[in-house]
Amino acid sequence: MTSDEKKTILLADDDVDYLLQTRVRLEGAGYAVIAVEGQAQAEKVLANTRPDLAVVDLMMEHTDAGFALCHHIKKKDPGIPVILVTGVASETGLEFDSSTREERSWVKADALLAKPVRFEQLQAQIEHLLKEKR
Amino acid sequence: MSERLHILVADDEPGMRMGVERALRDFSVRVNDVNEDVRFEVVQAASGEEALERIAERTPDILLLDHKMTGMTGLEVLERILAQQLDVLTIMITAYATLETAIGATKRGAYDFLAKPFTPQELKAAVRKAAVHVVLTRQARRLAQEKRQVRFQFISVLAHELKAPLAAIQGYLQILKDGSAGNNPAVIGHMIDRSLVRVDGMRKLILDLLDMTRIESGTRKRELVDLDLCDTARSAIETVGPDAASRKITVDLHAERGVPVHADRVEMEIILNNLVSNAVKYNRDGGRVDVTIEAAGGTARVTVTDTGIGLSQADADRLFQDFVRIKNDKTRNILGSGLGLSIVKKLATLYGGDAVVQSQEGMGSTFTVKLRQDGGAAAEAAGAEGQAANEAKAAGGSAVKAASAGGAAAEAV
Repeated sequence: MTSDEKKTILLADDDVDYLLQTRVRLEGAGYAVIAVEGQAQAEKVLANTRPDLAVVDLMMEHTDAGFALCHHIKKKDPGIPVILVTGVASETGLEFDSSTREERSWVKADALLAKPVRFEQLQAQIEHLLKEKR
Repeated sequence: MSERLHILVADDEPGMRMGVERALRDFSVRVNDVNEDVRFEVVQAASGEEALERIAERTPDILLLDHKMTGMTGLEVLERILAQQLDVLTIMITAYATLETAIGATKRGAYDFLAKPFTPQELKAAVRKAAVHVVLTRQARRLAQEKRQVRFQFISVLAHELKAPLAAIQGYLQILKDGSAGNNPAVIGHMIDRSLVRVDGMRKLILDLLDMTRIESGTRKRELVDLDLCDTARSAIETVGPDAASRKITVDLHAERGVPVHADRVEMEIILNNLVSNAVKYNRDGGRVDVTIEAAGGTARVTVTDTGIGLSQADADRLFQDFVRIKNDKTRNILGSGLGLSIVKKLATLYGGDAVVQSQEGMGSTFTVKLRQDGGAAAEAAGAEGQAANEAKAAGGSAVKAASAGGAAAEAV
């Protein structure tokens, strides 16, 4: 971590084991983590906290809860980078990515990662987006 | 439902072809097993060569084939059809129904014979028999295909259900190994606890899977004895005792008298254990579970009522299917294989009964299982060993048997 203070990451995923593991690893990497199990909990956190970055699972309470959450985060503060994690591509064959500006504006996420996500991959993406912001 | 079968009549006598077409024009055959009316569409061919042309254009379901035609004979046509492995049922029309021609034609795959001259009634009887065979064979094939499809789907969901806990456990072990959790004993303890929970869930899934396989394959010998369902209920209640006590849930048995059933002890335990443990698992802390065992008119009735989270009508409708677990905020931390109730339903059906649920969201659920006290079909099946093997054989052999066996299997899955 090059910054003086810890960056706060909002982590939303309804898989409690994945949530715990990712939280532990991110904390180990020097981040402060707010882990929530769904969109509703995430919205509550967002009401009085501004995370430096958000990692959002697509399918939580509903199949598109992640989309809605991304949207709300960006509406609240377009400056918060959002990583959308999705199992959609592997489960349904449906594909999309956010490599172009146009697609990013629709999905409201700065990066998309397909499940299963290796931690190193997630960490690299987080560092990249945080660096862009600085 | 109605189906239209395509008949090709190949005969070098125009009068014969016309006669067949006229006789079958308004003829229909009722196939009761599949609840279908079959009607016919007749196409004519004046020679063996023309018959092959018509067949190449469109494969008929039934071929009425004259044995003796000028040019290519019926047997030659039959040989060509056999070589092409076409799905055609052939009725040979022979002027002289000798044993020799019969054997020759049967070897080449003819299904039936019609001796010339024949009456419209004889023609219709032969066509009726062939049509029923065609429809039932196809039905059996369809059912076998559906059954395969259901199996594939089951295996693919099962693989996913086994992979998920493994991935979680692997993730924890990896973190513990590379030390990225630091040395906070609370965090490490939590991860070990979660790993054990996932191992436990996986173990439960495998046990349920074994139960289910044993029930469906019929490999486990069913031992029907006279037992009292109240005893089974008591032991199921005892089993959940520690879990219920730790969450202050009261579990009571209501039975005025013993309820004897002629049943397999293990299968009755599976039913009661599943219902009672679910009633505790999906209950609220400090809630109640009431187990009522009664009998009337040869039917035993097990009712398990809880004061738990309940479920919506839409969820209730699919609750008894394989791997259906109701996912919502209230169930997220409750473990289950998704097979328990599906097993209960299969068993209830086997014992001539049924399993149903009535529920109100947030208020609780009532599960009712009915069983015939004399054991129902389970009693009959217990006698017939290797029943599954016979069903498999039937699927390839007699269409009628295969249709009913396939139907039962489709229901069971």
